[in-house]
Amino acid sequence: MKQSRFAWIVPALYILFLMTPIYWLVAMSFKTNVEITTRFTLLPEALTLDNYAKVFGDERWRSVFANSLMYVSLNTLISLAVALPAAYAFSRYKFFGDKHLFFWLLTNRMAPAAVFALPFFQLYYKFGLFDTHIAVALAHCLFNVPLAVWILEGFMSGVPREIDETAYVDGHSFPSFFTRIFMPLIASGIGVAAFFCFMFSWVEYLIADALSRNAVVPITTRLQALSQASGTDWGVLAAAGSLTLIPGAIVIWFVRNYIAKGFALGRV
Amino acid sequence: MKPVNHKAWFLVAPVLLLVAISAIIPLMTVVNYSVQYVGSTGRFAWVGDEWYREVLHSEKFWNALWRNLVFSGVILAIQIPLGVLIALNMPRKGWGVPTCLVLMALPLLIPWYVVGMIWQMFGRVDIGLMGVMLRDFGYNYEGDPMDAWFTLILMDVWHWTSLVALLAYAGLVSIPDAYYQAARIDGASKWAVFRFIQLPRLGRVLTIAILLRFMDSFMIFTEPFAVIAGGDPVFLSTELKQTVELGKKAAMSIIYFLIILAVSWVFYAVMTRNDGEPTSADKARGGGA
Repeated sequence: MKQSRFAWIVPALYILFLMTPIYWLVAMSFKTNVEITTRFTLLPEALTLDNYAKVFGDERWRSVFANSLMYVSLNTLISLAVALPAAYAFSRYKFFGDKHLFFWLLTNRMAPAAVFALPFFQLYYKFGLFDTHIAVALAHCLFNVPLAVWILEGFMSGVPREIDETAYVDGHSFPSFFTRIFMPLIASGIGVAAFFCFMFSWVEYLIADALSRNAVVPITTRLQALSQASGTDWGVLAAAGSLTLIPGAIVIWFVRNYIAKGFALGRV
Repeated sequence: MKPVNHKAWFLVAPVLLLVAISAIIPLMTVVNYSVQYVGSTGRFAWVGDEWYREVLHSEKFWNALWRNLVFSGVILAIQIPLGVLIALNMPRKGWGVPTCLVLMALPLLIPWYVVGMIWQMFGRVDIGLMGVMLRDFGYNYEGDPMDAWFTLILMDVWHWTSLVALLAYAGLVSIPDAYYQAARIDGASKWAVFRFIQLPRLGRVLTIAILLRFMDSFMIFTEPFAVIAGGDPVFLSTELKQTVELGKKAAMSIIYFLIILAVSWVFYAVMTRNDGEPTSADKARGGGA
């Protein structure tokens, strides 16, 4: 369909609106605290890297970044490992209770984190897992496993069933067929599912915060503690905040064509 | 048709085990608390549906629920039309496509707490770009609840409109060219093309977008928490987090969860409506989505 010659103005204005607050954060991260609190400057007057130096030089900042990346990666691995066979079962077979199970998984994806924060704390405390990476990783499975199952099922259903049958006729066992033939076929689906598990675990705050105290402080918990304290060091907060944009910005390029599909749980 | 194979349960078992630990055990604890009174010494006493009645008679609960519904309603009324408008005007080929997709998706990948922090830094009347600009008009989200509402809604529009736009865009590019050619032959106006071709074909993605946006805005906690630190407006999740009595908290959780469950059911029905239908049938059915 032909668009009007000035159609580009709409997305351009929208992107401008999106970038302005981000610009302000990044600009702030290059300003000194004196400049931030006393003068209103659109561009940093004296570009300083001090805030970043403080973040990278502080063991506590380095460890919170490492903590978050650690439980997020663990969660992605666990979610994919259990979701792959399950998604295959849903996409290929009918079995007792399949529809109910598929729906029940969805309800977990939609469950409010605020409902689960307290019981999660008690559960993992009882198992002696409170304040460990694995606790946060397992807790995030609540919404990431259903997400991964739904996304993978969407991709797997696009692969014709004849391929499975031919492989079995050729004498492949299920594990050999699944890992050598099937997984390469849905490689992009696995990538998209991994990306969305990574992302939803990375952006989540409430549950990660509830399951950590000293050993596994997530990045957002530290940001929260510092941003709502008195005498806030705005420059350092802005620098640390800007750094949290990077993982998303890097991976976004690879999944740009699948973003809609991922958010719609593989159904677009 | 899919073959029936009950052995497929073995493939689903790991998911079942993991999600059961993650969901059923915590949910059972919540149910357990919701029907009991926990004394200071840690002793339990059965109270039946008393906590539920207390929640359903609590003005704070209803206020939070209404605020949440109003919030969801307002952001849907803004984000859905705005998202469609942006998608309609997004480039269809060339370098503009990846540029738009990548830049628009950026806010979706920012940790939710950082989203709130960005808007705090942007909106504060002492150091924020928007705060300083609007200060002279009496804007101050920390003092005025209406300004807080305005800031939270603007923040949510900023954070999530891209999701609607990207979904709508995915729906638009999947419309076969033949539809537009037919419209050109009929001499259809731009509005007619939108009303009778594009909008019906977008039906499914827009339903998904509406449900996703409703769910997520209905559960919103982290972003407002980062901006206003639990002050006004208090949403359902905030109210839940601020409730101290264990039994009341649990009963409120269950009610909250039941509402979500009902909406999930609608969502499920929409998501799986067209599953398993061959695409040729989809095409043959014509304009209706």
